[in-house]
Amino acid sequence: MTGKDSMAGDAATPSLAAVPPGDPRDRGGKAQPILTVEHLQKYFPIHGGVLNRKLAEVKAVDDVSFAVVKGETLGVVGESGCGKSTLARLLMCLIPRDAGGIVFDGDPIGGPHGLSLRELRRNMQIVFQDSDASLNPRLPIVESIAYGARVHGMATNAARRLARELLQRVGLRPELFGARYPHELSGGQKQRVNIARALALNPRLLILDEAVSALDKSVSAQVLNLLRYLKRHFNLTYIFISHDLNVVQYISDRVLVMYLGQIVEIAPVDEIYARPKHPYTRALLDSRLAVDPLDRVTTAPLSGDPPNPINPPSGCRFRTRCAFAEEICATLAPRLGDASDRAAHLAACHMADPQSGHRRAGEMMSPTAPERGTKAAAARA
Amino acid sequence: MTDATFGLPLANEDSGLPAKTKPRGYWQTVGRRLRHDYVTLFFLGLIALIVVAAIFAPAIAPLDPNKSSMAYRLKPIGFKNFLLGTDELGRDMLSRLIYGGRMSLMMGLVPVALATGIGGFLGLVAGFCGGWVNALIMRLMDVFYAFPSVLLAVAISGTMGGGIANGLLALTLVFIPPLCRVSEAATTQIRSRDFVEAARASGASALSIILAHVLRNVLAPVLIYASSLISVSILLAAGLSFLGLGVEPPTADWGLMLSTLRQSIYIQPAVCALPGVAIFLTSLSFNLVSDGLRQAMDIRA
Repeated sequence: MTGKDSMAGDAATPSLAAVPPGDPRDRGGKAQPILTVEHLQKYFPIHGGVLNRKLAEVKAVDDVSFAVVKGETLGVVGESGCGKSTLARLLMCLIPRDAGGIVFDGDPIGGPHGLSLRELRRNMQIVFQDSDASLNPRLPIVESIAYGARVHGMATNAARRLARELLQRVGLRPELFGARYPHELSGGQKQRVNIARALALNPRLLILDEAVSALDKSVSAQVLNLLRYLKRHFNLTYIFISHDLNVVQYISDRVLVMYLGQIVEIAPVDEIYARPKHPYTRALLDSRLAVDPLDRVTTAPLSGDPPNPINPPSGCRFRTRCAFAEEICATLAPRLGDASDRAAHLAACHMADPQSGHRRAGEMMSPTAPERGTKAAAARA
Repeated sequence: MTDATFGLPLANEDSGLPAKTKPRGYWQTVGRRLRHDYVTLFFLGLIALIVVAAIFAPAIAPLDPNKSSMAYRLKPIGFKNFLLGTDELGRDMLSRLIYGGRMSLMMGLVPVALATGIGGFLGLVAGFCGGWVNALIMRLMDVFYAFPSVLLAVAISGTMGGGIANGLLALTLVFIPPLCRVSEAATTQIRSRDFVEAARASGASALSIILAHVLRNVLAPVLIYASSLISVSILLAAGLSFLGLGVEPPTADWGLMLSTLRQSIYIQPAVCALPGVAIFLTSLSFNLVSDGLRQAMDIRA
């Protein structure tokens, strides 16, 4: 490591030294999840009519439970409007949750004995999709990065020094970029600044809410590589929210698929991409664009729009668009199962549960057929 | 700094750009842009001239503005040593115009400054808090909006009686609602931006977010709007004086002068128009400077 890295401060001061494998901030040991979410729920009320009464509720996040393992990257995918960003904001406590609990490394958030919001926000940071709107247009970027550290009591000069080092760390030369305003930077550069801003508090968990979605492919690839490097260097854990399945496949260790505010499937990345269990996951994977024109998707894997989250279908929420829907799907909501096992491949589908009574229950669903690439190879031969 | 890349390529070595060592602040940039705007500079100079004349009125005015003379009533421009003629009581017009500028500038600047402070603050609170606080403040402002501003000013100073203090108060009350609205709109828009969310996510308090992030974004639109209100305020003040609700008669004031001279418009039209010309030039200057300021401050168009 370089000379700069040797200037490690005391525990209270975030330092840029590489975080050693035995992270001193780690409280519960490697086996304890860094974040556990239990039955998280958020309904947005819709007001209207006479006297602004509550007319209905949008079930944005409905009974979501999962755990994030230390050091992993958990990909979160789903159509727009499925509650991905609401989930991110709920985890950051930027919007109040209606029900459910969030536990950060053994400490529940809120409550008399729990972790305070301030503490949580030192440990958990978020990068938003809109790199431009995430930066104050009237502040030089060094000040934007230093702001968070100053909020947590760092002296102005120390915070600026930290900000410059972070700029260097995210690949922007501080003497060239530090004094600039956001409008003098490109989209990719701005997103690097946002990542530096999030890192200024020395967090352990970083939520990336569509962080590379607005960037073009080559810049997005650079930022992804930067994220991989930073994760190693600072011993970070990522929750990577995206609608881009290729990007999620590249960066994630495990993937969580959301549909209409609920988790439909969660599994290690190779497992879910090779053997998706839930029909929705299969449809999502089939909808990816092929690189090879001969391998293109000719039939729409999924028809129709997602149902209205104000009034979701009974039973399984996906049944209105599912090719395998049966009576049981309308009456009984499928359960995901215990999501605490990190290696488990869980799907909230009656077909994945041998005892469900679905005619195809327990049948091993064939991988996305025919296998990608074989069709093109056959055509070429 | 050879070891500084940490194995990663520095992605953004745009070689064409000079290294910026010192940040050029926002106001520095505004100043640089204003330097090339000659129209704004010219009218800024005119305002400076009027301000200097008003401040040093006793030293500049050739004669006593209140000394009347029955012999020299309503003399034309250039008569003997009355450079701009005399009014209906034989007082020197030039001296009265210079002294009247004091009153007009005060009536233009003080109510707008007060209203910017009060209205801007109320709008900031309404916009940042949202919810019922916003509803309460903004509906209260809507009550004032129900009346045309001239009528409102006349009604307030009419009920409270004439005099400079009441005139200032009336004008301040008239300008609070529009400034509050501009400030509220800007604050609401800024509050929903991701950087405010990001600041909240870093654990900052509401006060810290307002001071560090919201205020400096709201300031520009509010100041620009306020500067455009100065000329309105001067005109309204002149109107109040014209109606006898502002300044009391012996004091020199452009609006009042216009009012008392209007009976002599057929005898000395040029002289009677002079206070109007002064009002026109001053409010035009403020308007154009406000325009130039808006262009210079609107850096991220």
